[in-house]
Amino acid sequence: MPEGIPRVRVTVRVNGKQYARDVEPRTLLVQFLREELSLTGTHIGCDTSYCGACTVLLNGESVKSCTVFAFQSDGGEVLTVEGLAKDGKLHPLQQAFSDCHGFQCGYCTPGFLMSSIQLLEEHPHPTESDIRKGIAGNTCRCTGYQNIFKAIRAAAGQGAEIGD
Amino acid sequence: MATTSHPRSADWVGQSIKRKEDARLVRGKGKFVDDIKMLGMLHIVFVRSPYAHANIIGVDTSEAEKLPGVVCTLTGQEITKLIDPFFEIGPAPSNRILDYPMAVDRVRYQGEPVAAVIAESPAIAEDSAELVRVDYEPLEAVIDGEIAATDQTLLHPQMGTNIVWNGVYEYGDINQAFAEAAHTIHIDHLHMHRFSSTPLENNAVIAQWDDSDERLYFWSNNSFPTIGIQLLAPALHLRMDQVRVQTHDIGGSFGIKITNYPQMAVCALASRKANGAPIKWSETRSEHMTSSAHGNERTFRDTRVALDKNGVILAVDSRHIDDCGAYPRYEPLGCVIWSQVTPATYRLKNLRIDFTQVVTNKCPVGPNRGYSRLQHLWFLERVLDICARELNIPADEMRLRNYIRPEEFPYTTPNGCVYDSGNYPGMLKLAKELIGWERWRAERTKAQQESRWFGIGIGTTLDSGTNNFGQSQIVNPQAPFSGNSQAASAKLDIYGEVIVAVGSVPQGQGHETTVSQVVADILNIPPEMVNVRVGFDTERNVHTGHSGTYASQFAVSGLSAVNGAGRLLKAEMSKLAAFALQASEDELEFGVGKQGPEIRVRGTEKAIPYIGLANLANVNTAVVPEELRPLTLNCRYTWRAPFRVPDVEKKYGNLTLTYSSQLHIAVIEIDKETYIPKILDYAAVDDCGTVINPMIVEGQVHGATAHGIGAALMENCAYDENGNMLTATFSDYTPITAVNIPNVKYGNIETPSPHSYSGAKGMGEGGGAPLHAISAALQDALWKEGIIIDDSHNNASTLYETIRKKRRGELKQNVQVAKRGS
Repeated sequence: MPEGIPRVRVTVRVNGKQYARDVEPRTLLVQFLREELSLTGTHIGCDTSYCGACTVLLNGESVKSCTVFAFQSDGGEVLTVEGLAKDGKLHPLQQAFSDCHGFQCGYCTPGFLMSSIQLLEEHPHPTESDIRKGIAGNTCRCTGYQNIFKAIRAAAGQGAEIGD
Repeated sequence: MATTSHPRSADWVGQSIKRKEDARLVRGKGKFVDDIKMLGMLHIVFVRSPYAHANIIGVDTSEAEKLPGVVCTLTGQEITKLIDPFFEIGPAPSNRILDYPMAVDRVRYQGEPVAAVIAESPAIAEDSAELVRVDYEPLEAVIDGEIAATDQTLLHPQMGTNIVWNGVYEYGDINQAFAEAAHTIHIDHLHMHRFSSTPLENNAVIAQWDDSDERLYFWSNNSFPTIGIQLLAPALHLRMDQVRVQTHDIGGSFGIKITNYPQMAVCALASRKANGAPIKWSETRSEHMTSSAHGNERTFRDTRVALDKNGVILAVDSRHIDDCGAYPRYEPLGCVIWSQVTPATYRLKNLRIDFTQVVTNKCPVGPNRGYSRLQHLWFLERVLDICARELNIPADEMRLRNYIRPEEFPYTTPNGCVYDSGNYPGMLKLAKELIGWERWRAERTKAQQESRWFGIGIGTTLDSGTNNFGQSQIVNPQAPFSGNSQAASAKLDIYGEVIVAVGSVPQGQGHETTVSQVVADILNIPPEMVNVRVGFDTERNVHTGHSGTYASQFAVSGLSAVNGAGRLLKAEMSKLAAFALQASEDELEFGVGKQGPEIRVRGTEKAIPYIGLANLANVNTAVVPEELRPLTLNCRYTWRAPFRVPDVEKKYGNLTLTYSSQLHIAVIEIDKETYIPKILDYAAVDDCGTVINPMIVEGQVHGATAHGIGAALMENCAYDENGNMLTATFSDYTPITAVNIPNVKYGNIETPSPHSYSGAKGMGEGGGAPLHAISAALQDALWKEGIIIDDSHNNASTLYETIRKKRRGELKQNVQVAKRGS
């Protein structure tokens, strides 16, 4: 890396582990996770915060990490898809997405999982409208969303069938 | 082959078993190209044209090269010394196009690369790209396909025309059909807009030109790498075997990633210039929108339709202009691929299509989901529905009068294609049941009484799969392609593991899972005991020149190859086991014992586990008698489709092996204040023959449905008159989201294909039924307003404009009943 580019120290807890890195101020959180920490489960799909493939939880709130600077996470706590499974056991949402065939290529899935966590925290018993609005900021090009709706319902313990 | 008892025979095929792929993908452990880091890896960023059409006066990279961290640059002029133009598929004069992977002296679409910078980090590469100075002399942009065909402004002057290809497809006796017709109807124009399936993972590649072994390595998400290599290697003056392409997880392609080989070429040249460093290119979304590939745009002009007194279509005569953007690339194959579905699902015998393809100053097209057939099917569906309305025949009744009947399969179309099986009336019946047809018809009557804009539309389409490459000879008799093939291997590895590889390039279709289902049935073991290689790799030696994932064919070509390899392996295992167990082959039984997968002498305790067999073939070879030593337990099988080369003169022959079908019904109401069209109900019925994995098939139908609905109501690759792309971000292009998609009522029927080993038909592209079901529903809603839905893309804004024009008397009459019988 060439000399002379100013750096800023980012200290952040990611998936329960503390990291400190000196990065360019313009480094985006998604770049920080992928390039600095090699947490490549968080993906980039659109660069303009439409598709949500980069969604992570920052201090418990879902954010699009392509629209957050790494330094904005300084002192904070980040949860990414890699931090969801515990002791090899999938998070209920991960299990439901797999059981309901809620993904095909899997590129959007990490973002959907992180948005869905927040959705179910806010609406533990979501209506169809809650589900649609909760993932409105995430784009999937494979599934047509039908099985994602099912998966979120299943994870919420409401069975796998959708329809009001 | 030995007869063995199969207590669970054919258990796994047909089941919705969960996918092998899920374990890594759901944990964020998938390996996509952009996830790969390599020692000494550099990053490339393209400098792209802001103009749609301009001469390049000069490119100055000197300031960019001064930026610390920049390793080198490449310009279009420079690469002409390093690479030949790509081979053109089309005949003269379109083969005079010089298609370099970067613009040389002229740019022909906004976003075309003119230079590239290679740097130590993506950020430095982006910074330095802004320092490259390019002087342009703008030229008039040709945006409209019909204007392009007039040749007033040429894109490729050495070609002497903008017309890439022209040909007339004529079958039956058009003149007699019109002479005998009870009714004739003219439709002035119909237009299929540009859209793309925009896979969520953009294009990406890592290239490494390794001088140490004189080889070129690609880690890529190209979805048809064997054609990519056939284009790349000669252009780069390499032998085919010097180029290795690997794919791993791919974040969707839908055909769009077939045409990312030009960028692969630039990355290869950059690596060579950077002394063999690996070069990564990760496309941005705006680059993807402006300069990867779009679906084909098509205009249908001067359509004449002849019908008998019952509304049966006797003949269609029309002129089609296809806009392929600035460079043909995979074209002009689309000029023939539509003819796989020449009469759509109808008994139409007489047909004349004058087909022209032109270049325009827009992004090159690529084989987007439903490629070329979707455009033609939308056209014929529109024709059928417009005629039905003019003759006051209900849309469902019109279809029943025109559909090919179930008892007519296999059905030979006027151009010699053989529709393998189908039951279109049965699909219509099921779709009506799913959606509650009678209820919605009653609602429609009520809505019409209340002057609401409420409509119901039907779309019946075909997804022709496993194409005969011989059709390329219809567009260019010199084209060296025909038939179709796929390769697979199945082996017992040294410790007895079952390993299967196939030459497909999956992008989310679950190939690892369905392959394991097929092999599990052959060996009578559970699918989790079948290890399937991830992605594609030329080094596996399980590919042919047709290998890839495109054209709805995996269930036929891919799984036929897997089935062949699996059966070869089983035969070898049986022979070796008979020796090891001192039994005859017909006494043997494949299955799972206490120690794992094994072969047993039926009704005894004598058995040999796979590890024992593998030991004989790989490690303990001296104990095997001479006559059994040719057995390797490593079996490769190449499947070849039973095609012949079509009659090029008559444009006649079987172009595709299987025909999946789709029948969709949409119920839509347009809000009379906001003009927003809202889907109130939606049903999708699919027939892809014998289903391998119902869960995966239903998922594919959902996905194709979403692409079609998105394209019909939201997504449009829009350009202004100067060739500026107006939808160059997702925020402008607005891919369909969870708040726009209706709940899809899914149904399935199975008419097994007689043309595949398992009765399965290729599927996944989906035929574009939603595009038509929605056009038809909007048509139904607005018929009383005197409006013809003549474009495949409609939203509140376009509907408002159309209705306003109609009320002001500014809308040109599009449809005329030239002759109306009694």
